Amino acid sequence: MPSRLRPQIEGWLLLLPAAVLLALFTHYPTVATAIDSLFSTPRGARGAVYVGLDNYAEMAGDPVFWQALGNNLVFALGTVPAAIALALLMALLVDRKLAGRDFVRLAYFTPTVLPMIAVANIWLFFYTPGYGLVDQLLHLLGAPSHNWLGSRGTVLPCLMVMTVWKEAGFFMIFYLAALQQIPPSLGEAAALEGASRWTIFRRVTFPLLMPTTLFVLVNALINSFRLVDQIIVMTEGGPDNASMLLLYYVFEVGFKYWDTAYAAALTVLLLALLAALALTQFLYFDRRVHYR
Amino acid sequence: MRSALETAAAWLLALIWILPLAYAGWTAFHPAAYATAFRFDAPLTLANFAAAWQAAPFARYFLNTFLLVTMILAAQLVLCTLAAFAFARIEFRGRAVAFLLVLVQLMVMPDVLIVENYRTMARLGILDSLGAIGLPYMASGFGIFLLRQTFKSVPRELDEAARIEGAGLLQLLWRVYVPLARPVYLAYGLVSVSYHWNNFLWPLIVTNSVETRPLTVGLQIFASTDQGIDWSIITAASLMTTAPLLVAFLLFQRQFVQSFLRAGIR
Amino acid sequence: MKRLTRRAVLGGAAAMGVALGARRATAAPVRLNFYFPVAVGGPITKIIDGMVADFEKEHADVTVNAIYSGSYQDTTAKALTAVKSGEPPHLAVALSTDMFTFIDEDAILPFDEIAGSGGKTWLDGFFPAFMANSRAEGRVWGVPFQRSTIVLYWNKTAFRAAGLDPDKAPATWDEMRGFAGKLTRRSGADVAQWGVEIPSSGFPYWLFQGLTTENGAILMNEAGNEVYFDKPEVVEALQYMVDLGRKWQVMPQGIIEWGTTPQDFFERKTAMMWTTTGNLTNVRANAPFPFGVAMLPAQKRRGSPTGGGNFYLFKKTSPAERQAALAFVQWMTTPERAAEWGIKTGYVAVRPDAWTTPAMKRYVANFPAAAVARDQLEFAVAEFSTHDNQRVTKILNDGLQAALTGEKHPAQALADAQSEADRVLRPYRRS
Repeated sequence: MPSRLRPQIEGWLLLLPAAVLLALFTHYPTVATAIDSLFSTPRGARGAVYVGLDNYAEMAGDPVFWQALGNNLVFALGTVPAAIALALLMALLVDRKLAGRDFVRLAYFTPTVLPMIAVANIWLFFYTPGYGLVDQLLHLLGAPSHNWLGSRGTVLPCLMVMTVWKEAGFFMIFYLAALQQIPPSLGEAAALEGASRWTIFRRVTFPLLMPTTLFVLVNALINSFRLVDQIIVMTEGGPDNASMLLLYYVFEVGFKYWDTAYAAALTVLLLALLAALALTQFLYFDRRVHYR
Repeated sequence: MRSALETAAAWLLALIWILPLAYAGWTAFHPAAYATAFRFDAPLTLANFAAAWQAAPFARYFLNTFLLVTMILAAQLVLCTLAAFAFARIEFRGRAVAFLLVLVQLMVMPDVLIVENYRTMARLGILDSLGAIGLPYMASGFGIFLLRQTFKSVPRELDEAARIEGAGLLQLLWRVYVPLARPVYLAYGLVSVSYHWNNFLWPLIVTNSVETRPLTVGLQIFASTDQGIDWSIITAASLMTTAPLLVAFLLFQRQFVQSFLRAGIR
Repeated sequence: MKRLTRRAVLGGAAAMGVALGARRATAAPVRLNFYFPVAVGGPITKIIDGMVADFEKEHADVTVNAIYSGSYQDTTAKALTAVKSGEPPHLAVALSTDMFTFIDEDAILPFDEIAGSGGKTWLDGFFPAFMANSRAEGRVWGVPFQRSTIVLYWNKTAFRAAGLDPDKAPATWDEMRGFAGKLTRRSGADVAQWGVEIPSSGFPYWLFQGLTTENGAILMNEAGNEVYFDKPEVVEALQYMVDLGRKWQVMPQGIIEWGTTPQDFFERKTAMMWTTTGNLTNVRANAPFPFGVAMLPAQKRRGSPTGGGNFYLFKKTSPAERQAALAFVQWMTTPERAAEWGIKTGYVAVRPDAWTTPAMKRYVANFPAAAVARDQLEFAVAEFSTHDNQRVTKILNDGLQAALTGEKHPAQALADAQSEADRVLRPYRRS
């Protein structure tokens, strides 16, 4: 075998199995989704017909879609900063010597390991009006019971609280890793110059954590569009779509209404959103690679 | 003083964080009558677990999840190793473009492509099988990326020494690269297992029968009958389905956290 | 990668044995695939397997491969994909309201056509209220099997404590509201016990249909391509439901979770509840106080929708398979079987003659509440069902929840739902 050809063959052969699966289940469906979104949904004897941008026009006029999009933005803006702030706080708290540090770390991290589906079932019980944990605790403070998941105003915040609880520990890990890579001498030097701890955090630690924060931020944002298990268990998007998120809407349109063409159009929009987020991540990865 | 305050804060936060689980534990281990009443004389019981175990084929669901997770991980390890090695150490034409196409999966995740992947599975005639649940995840862009970074950090001298000894490509990979990447494999394995143990939406869509349903889907079906909800039994079932993962996590806590660190920061 | 279940293998082997052993040269043995869902607690799969085994004993040339297909939704999904991939089941139990979905997908066969002239007496033997969800385009597409209605459960102890007759359920809307007012116990800003709960999560349209029927309204036409959400009677019904919570404050405001309503009843958080007859066994086992079961209260009339699942026969099957499937459905719905199924599961036995069997008579004598659902059938109507059923149903659900959460006035919510539903149903009105 000519030596020029050999790496070509070896390279592609090694890549082949993964490439086939990626093409079949990532690249092809992405393209096919975009194409399907331009056709009507086939039903019974009627086949799919090319309808141009009709599905997108339907989307623009669909109040549920706009509600889902709005909810998802609220959900992202509500959960991501809170989860990140808590994660950072947790990391700072357990980075130092601390009585029972292992237990504390464990407590923070455990929710991350559990399936969202099981967690959601448990939290569903907490939010039960009257005798759920939340209402029982509020009773001790003399507050009346509240229909947490059954009211438009509280359903999304309730889901957000649970999501923050579940995710903060996960992001804490990344901060812990980053903190361990900061040489202690930096802080010590600043302390010698009489800087307060808050100043050290603000001027030294936090800037050094910036890449981690960016990484966590992008991942948290992607998660807020990708994870809807809790909606299926707790609210099914209700009441009156007050907790409808985009991916759950795709699921409902695609697998309850069996309107696959409209679901494809919704998926395209969701993919565009995720792509925009991920491009940010790419740029960030690029920078890290250059730094090395 | 300040340190004591911070310790107290850390502990308070930890207690808040563990409270939901503790409460679930309370409900699961006590008779239904005490589900919402905290009394120290409340009798302990395993009846809720027994009832949940009886009410749905959880043994089968455990088996399905176990098979699924094992199958996905095994396929991921093989496929990602081969691909990552090609990207890291073989100069072939189109490598850069191919790598970009792999990275596409980091943003276009199988979790979102449910409608189209469902049609593909229907066309392949494998709906309602463990294979259908696992296939979209087997070629993992993240795994390839992670292993490529690791392989790239393997010293060239080791590589060349093995080649001089006459090792073939696969031997080289198996004897030099794989052993050096062991911590990364462990990390990736733990992330993969916990991800797929917990995965729900896609398995919910592609499975319809007891023989294929993983635990998460089984739990959801169990918890949503037309009849009312019995919280004691549902929390028992929820804890039961998470128990293996939870126990494994408690036993290997340090490795687990270290692994997530390693898998995450690259 | 077709899975072969143990049952299937055994069944196939048994069928082969029969075929080899039989001396007469009959047609090849028929194997039927039968999908069934499980929507209530209890050992449903075991009961079905038992009935199938009995059927196979009497019909040596037919093997029934009974496949537990998950929830109702799973079953419909599984059947539809099987149809699209060219390998449909021979028969399935699925929601009676999925009839139009199956028709639109060209998936099912009409029973009256397969059964021929001899089938008419059989089909006429079911309660008309249950058959209402089986007819479209002049044909019979579904045969009632696991069916239910809504009834009112009340806590007799709570009634007595509130100075009410513990053996008398409210008979009218006004009475229910009055009773509920007396039963609602407040402690400070909080409510210790509500008067009544009508669940409104998940599928509020079903319970709401109880109210609209009582107020003399119907929600859709028989062709399933028109809905009447904005009629005054419908708006009044929603106003009543909203007022129970917001104006009279005898029911929790906002959305009431279907799943926890029985638990609320057991915990004495509510003294009355509306829920399915399918909960009878559950309430009987878990209520720590004497309870009563009654028909829903009347406004202009009594009324409740039916609910639950029907048998469907699928296309793309051979004539011999169709006849065998039909024989199986007929066997499963004889008076004795219908009675047995009702007693074991809590579903309403689907034929009047099932209620005159000795087994059913004994059961009702011991547990009179079981007969309430039957008596209410006289006033029951078809469950809400249209073309593009899930989507239209969701539109109505959203409207109801918008009103119940105070987002919209009932009239506005229903007007919006009407125009949305009209838009979705327009394509189905052309033919």
